This record gives sequence, structure tokens and C-alpha cells, in this order.
Amino acid sequence: MLTVRDLTVRFDDADTAAVDHVSLDLPAGDVLAVLGPSGSGKSTLLRAVAGLEPLQTGSVAYDGHDLAGCPTHKRGFALMFQDGQLFPHQTVAGNVGYALRLRRARSAEVAHKVEELLELVGLPGFGARNTTALSGGERQRVALARALAVEPRLLLLDEPLSALDRGLRERLAHDLRDILVAAGTTALLVTHDQEEAFAVADRMALMRSGRLVQAGTVGQVWRAPADPEAARFLGYATVLVGAAAARVLEAGGGGSDVGQGLALRRSALRVGPAGPLHGRVLAARITPGAVRLSVDVEGVGEVHAVGDLEAAPPAVGNDVHLVPDLTRAARLGDPGPAPGTP
Amino acid sequence: MSRQTSTRWSSGLGLLALAAVPLAVLGVFFVLPVAGMVGRGFFTSGSFDPVGVLEILGRGQVRRVLWFTLWASTAATAVTVVLGVPVTFVLHRLRLPGRRVLRAFVVMPFVMPTVVVGVAFRTLVASSGPLGRWHLDGTPVAIIAAMVFFNLAVVVRTVGALWGGLDRRREEAAAALGASPVQVLRTVTLPALMPGIVSAASVVFLFCASSFGVVLTLGGLRYSTVETEIYLLTTQFLDLRAASALSVLQLVVVCALLYVAQRTRTAQEQVLDRAGHRHTTRRPCARDWPVLSVTAGVLAFLAAPLVTLVARSLQVDGGWSLQSYRALTTTGPGGALLVTASQALANSWRVAVDATLLAMLLGVLVSVVVSRRPRAPLERRGLAVLDALFMLPLGVSAVTVGFGFLVTLDRPPLDLRSSVLLVPIAQAMVALPLVVRTLSPVLRSVDPRQRQAAASLGASPLRVLVTVDLPTLWRPLLAATGFAFAVSLGEFGATSFLVRPDRPTLPVVIYQLVSRPGEQSFGMAMAASVVLGTVTVAAMGLVERVRIGSLGTL
Repeated sequence: MLTVRDLTVRFDDADTAAVDHVSLDLPAGDVLAVLGPSGSGKSTLLRAVAGLEPLQTGSVAYDGHDLAGCPTHKRGFALMFQDGQLFPHQTVAGNVGYALRLRRARSAEVAHKVEELLELVGLPGFGARNTTALSGGERQRVALARALAVEPRLLLLDEPLSALDRGLRERLAHDLRDILVAAGTTALLVTHDQEEAFAVADRMALMRSGRLVQAGTVGQVWRAPADPEAARFLGYATVLVGAAAARVLEAGGGGSDVGQGLALRRSALRVGPAGPLHGRVLAARITPGAVRLSVDVEGVGEVHAVGDLEAAPPAVGNDVHLVPDLTRAARLGDPGPAPGTP
Repeated sequence: MSRQTSTRWSSGLGLLALAAVPLAVLGVFFVLPVAGMVGRGFFTSGSFDPVGVLEILGRGQVRRVLWFTLWASTAATAVTVVLGVPVTFVLHRLRLPGRRVLRAFVVMPFVMPTVVVGVAFRTLVASSGPLGRWHLDGTPVAIIAAMVFFNLAVVVRTVGALWGGLDRRREEAAAALGASPVQVLRTVTLPALMPGIVSAASVVFLFCASSFGVVLTLGGLRYSTVETEIYLLTTQFLDLRAASALSVLQLVVVCALLYVAQRTRTAQEQVLDRAGHRHTTRRPCARDWPVLSVTAGVLAFLAAPLVTLVARSLQVDGGWSLQSYRALTTTGPGGALLVTASQALANSWRVAVDATLLAMLLGVLVSVVVSRRPRAPLERRGLAVLDALFMLPLGVSAVTVGFGFLVTLDRPPLDLRSSVLLVPIAQAMVALPLVVRTLSPVLRSVDPRQRQAAASLGASPLRVLVTVDLPTLWRPLLAATGFAFAVSLGEFGATSFLVRPDRPTLPVVIYQLVSRPGEQSFGMAMAASVVLGTVTVAAMGLVERVRIGSLGTL
């Protein structure tokens, strides 16, 4: 179990702390995604956990042992970077077996283990290849195998899939999840991509400007974003507060308690002839499966909505009615069930 | 298809036309003299006589010279690398305050005129100097120390260029996998640096083995390298055959070494995928004290001869005085010189301006040609050969070039013995490789897609040159000019052969003063050295001011 308490990291050339009094817990066997925009301090947090950045305040402990003064190479963690950082002067097998050779394992044993790991990451028989001849996805798989070879107490992943293109990223995210679960690895993942976080992690922590905004299981964070910015970062299309939020909530039959606000996915507002909200279409864009609309709703303001492709799709300037679906909405800062569920 | 072939042909021809001028100059003023000199070694009274060369190489004195060159250069190279790597680490990997100034300081000795460094070390180790009681004057230790002094810059810049771009996260990944700092160094860092270290070591060995001014001023008559022996054989003993034989041997060794350096350099360019500043440097911490103290020691070692030189030049008979500097406007004690030292400085200046112009003109042409990236493998190989050809003057000893000029350019239509252009041409040949090495990597680094983007936005070829190439090139152009000027000011090997007695350059005058007995002459030599060193460093200061890693790609 990883315990981070009150951790602060400050660079000498910056006015503000890169990581500002952050506390985190990560139970053994879980995968935690630290999610934040670039520059939010998430990578610095990861480096601090790895022992690569000096702490200004706070502590990092594993299984109750404080790791202050324990150098990186004795922590028993493994680190995997965005661009793999494979050793270019070694083959794939050389990279994967690196840690085992450091431990002076017998070469037959190393070879066997390397083959097993390459099998696990889906690259059987790649051992003799040169690292420079690999594709981006293959490089990340090799980096993952190299990190898993040490059987780390904690695997640290720094934007492991960000350098890959979209299709590959989605596929590799599910593979990564399966591999981590199969190996029972405790992992701390840092990413700016919420889909990657949802695909790989059990738990999620949101960071912004060096501070921890919210932490919890993936479901908890998703159902109740801490604030409007968190909601937008998680992928909610529209965030409403005050009277506007109340209007949508009432129209959807969700009572009148809007709390700190309401986050709506795009599909939470759908064009329908009997919809209780009405407004004028400001923009319409056809996507596979639906028409994405931007609608100026009376008493609410500009919101995102969707329309059916089958019926005549609404055009700019048309008046439309919208039906709220509160199962696709979240009340900010409220850990309870979605506002629409009975 | 045929249209494509023909445009490719015409572009190839265009390149060839561009290359024609520098090729012709190189042919006449480098290949011809060197070939002429090689010929002299192998032909005895008109007949081919390779056995004669072997006989000369078997002489006792020659064997002693070869042995001394070999072991002194090896020792100097080893010391330079061992000291240079920690200094490189401190100056390129740690966020140390003032590290830019320190980097500039480490590079400074490299452009110091060799005779100035020789005089400075003499001052340091002379019986009256600060290290006088160790009796190092005239010993190999002083010579090797001076070689190290010169060449640390090569290691720091070459390895630094590589290390400075090496992503720290690669080492961190290894550390996280359980590698201790020593294991990280052994299994990750050193393998990545090895091409740079090998390349630097081969260049350093080359410079040591062909060092001339330092050995001549420090070695006296007891210690001689191949280079000084060629000089002595030619000027003192008039044994041109033996001198030729030694030159041939040196040529072979130099070509082999240049080949090694070239091979590792291409390997290095492949590996180098540069990381941003944040990912390469870190703050110094307590466990860095061993490398920090080595660096402090090396910096003191670099400063000592220079400080001593300046201090001593200001002393006469134990008291402070400007007398040595005032003497620079005279012809020395007893009127021993043919011209005053200040006249010699003026000569040096004029020659350096001519040589720099010539070197820049040729250097730009060559750089433009060798930095093209042709698709056809044949053309690519052709350019590689061309590139190597223009590097040759870097390794072929200046003495050989000067000597070659004397034996080949002495009859019509190329009787240049009395031409005032002879010295500038020879110096331009020496400076040319450095100019090309400064410019061509920058030219190569301009992404062709930038030119294509500019062209697609409606820029004419001239406008592309002005708006895309020139903004990246002006700094290296300035740097190369400063570099060529500094090299020319300090050039001693070829100049000492070719200069007319009534128009000596300052390095030649300094050597004349050092070889004369007497305190006054040595005082004048020191003062003249300070002046020459200052002018050179000021010219070279441009290079550091515009901050480009030119030496990194030597």
C-alpha cells in the first residue's frame, strides 16, 4: 500500500509549487490514475514517488515504511515513460532482461523469463530485434515488459500511451489493463487522457495546478465531479450552475436541489417534439450516429445537445425542443446516485 | 520519368559546379603539395624506392621520435579523457551557477596559439616559475600537460554535445529497475556516450601526435615528435627524404584515425535524439563532490599557465614593470629581430584577414555542397568522399602542408614562393575543415520541409534563402569567421615554413624570441604572447557569444 502524505515539490526556477500538499492512498493490487492537464504537476508527483525529485514537505511511504532517504534503485518500484526510454544499444531481450541481469540471474533463467514476459505483452519472438526497428506501440510493450520483469511492488506509468495514435492507444489501454490485472500489479498511472484513465484504472485522482482536486474510485469521480472544471476535464459537454441548472433539473424531473451545479453529457439533452425545454439551434454538425447541436435554450443559455439523424436533422436557426435525460448528468460535488435515478 | 532523371542530373551537375572551385583550390594547394612531398619520400633520383623509406624509418633517431610521439600522445589522450569526462558531466549535466562562463573558459585554450601555450607552460615550469622546484622544464611531463591543456576542450565539447542531449529519464528508468548509480553509469550512460568518447579520443590523439608549436617551445632539442622532427630535418639538417618519409607515415596514421573518427561520428548522429533542457540537467547535490572537486582542479590547471604568463609578463627583475610591453615596439635586445613585434602583429592581422576571407568563401561553398541530402546512393557516397576530403587538412600536419608548398609551388606556372598570398592560402587550408565543420551541421539541420513550406507560401528561391536559411545561418557564419580568424592568427606550423624573413607573423616572432637566451627576450616573448592570446580570445569570443556548439562536431 502506497501512502503519500502532504507532499510538496518546488523547482528553484518557479514561483509556485509543482506539487502542492498532495495526499494519496493506493491499496495493493489497485491501479490508480492521476488525471490532469499538462503542467498540472502529475508527472512531478510520479517522479517524487519514484524518488527522483526531492520533497520539500511531506512523505512517501510503502507498507508503512517511510521512503525518505531510500534511493530510487532500492525502492523496488519500476518506471515506464511516455516514450519508453528503451536502451538503444541493447536488443529487445537485452532491455527486458536488464533488471534480471542486474540481479545476476542465470542466463538461462533470464532468457526463459524474457520470453514469458514478451508473450505476456503480446510480442512473442521479438527478443532478438533491435529496439530502433520497433513501432511506437511495440516500444511501449517492450518498456512494459522491462518494467514488469522486476516484479515491482509498485509500477509507475508516466503517460504510457500518449505518444501513440488513437486506435492503437485504445487497444493498448485494454491490453494494459488486462496485463496489470493478470500480474496483480499495483500501479500508479499518470495521464491527461480521461479515456485512458477510465480504461486502465480502478481509482482516479484529479490534479490541477499542483493540487489534488478529487480522488476516489473511477465511478465515484465520474458520477460526482468536484467542480465545473473537473467535470469539463472528465468529458462532460455542458456545466450549468444556479438558475440554469435548476431549470434543466426541474425539466428532467430531478427536483430543485442543484447543489453546486449540474454537469451534462452531450446526450443528456436530446431533440424531441414534446421536450420541456426549447431554444434555437446555433450550430449543427453531423457525426456518425447523431447530429451534434449547440442550442441557445430559453432561461438556460447555450448548451450542447444531440439530434437524431433519421428524422430531418435540425438546421441552424431552427427552433427545437429538448428532452433532458438526467441519467446522463452528474450533480457536482455530490457523491450520491445520478440525479435522475429513482 | 526521363524528366525526373534529367532534373536529378542537372542538380547533380549544379552541385559539382559549386564544388569545382573549392575542389580546384584544394587540389592545387593541398593535394598537390602533399603529393609532391610524398613523392619525394618514395623516389630517389627519379626511381621508385620504397625500401629507402623503410630504411629511414629504421633509423635510431627516427625510432626514438616515433616512440616518443606514440607514448606521449597516448598518455596525453588518456589523461585528457579521464579528466574531461567528469568536467563534461559537471558543465553539461548539472545546473551549476555560471556554467556558461565556465564552458567558455574550458574552450578557450583550444584556440590559444600553440606558441603562446608553449611560452605559458615554460613560464610555469621554468626554474624561476611557481613550479620551478619540481624541475619539469624540458621534461615530457610539461609537454603532456600542455597537450592536455589544449585538448580538454575537444572532449568537453564533443562528449558534452552528446551528454547534454541525453535524456535523463533513460538513466532514471534504469535506476527504477534497480540499477545503482555505478551500474547506471556502466550499463546505460557510458554505452550511450561511447561514440562521443571514442570520437573525441581519436581527435585528441590526432592533435597531440601532430602538435608542433608546443613541443618545439617546450621540448627543446631533447624531445621531438614526428611533426617537430619533420621541421628539424627540413630546416636544420636539410634531409628532405627523411622528412618526406616521416610525413608519409604521419599521413597514413592520420587517415586511419580520421576514418575511425568519421565512423563513430555517424554512429553518434544516429543515436542522438535530443531531449529538452528540463530532462537533461539537474541540481548538484552532496554526492557530486568528487566530480565537482575534479572539475575545480581542472579549472585551476587551465588557469595556472595563463595567470602565470600574464603576471610574469608584467615583471622585470622581480619588480612590476611594463618594460616588456614597451619593448614590443623595438626589434628586441641587440636588434635581434628583423622587424618589431608590433609590426609582426600587424602582419599577422593582415594575413589573418586574407586567410579568413578565403577560408569562409571556400568553406561556405563546401558546406552547401556537402550538406545536401541526395536520394541516389551514388551521389550520397560521392558527397561522403567529398566531406572526408575537405576534412583531411585537419589531420595532415601543417608542417607537411608548409613543406609541400615549398617543394611543389616553386616553379612556373605555380611559382608562389615570393607571393604575399602564400601564407594566407596555407592558413586558409588549415582553417577550412573547421569552417566546414561549423557550418555543415547547421545547414543539414534546416528541415527541408521548412524550405518547402516557405516556397508553398509563395517565396522565391532567393527569398527562401533569406528568410529560412539565413536566420539560422548567421550565427554559425559569425562563429566560423571568428574561428577561422583565431586559427589563422595562431597558425605556426605551415607559416614557419612559408613566411618571408622580412614579414614574419607574431607567432613566428615569439618563437624566435623564445629560442634566444636571455631574460629580456623571454620577457618580450611573454608580453607578445599575452597580446596575441588576447587578440585571439577576443576574436574567438564571438563564437561563444553567439553560443553554438561548433566544436562539438569536430
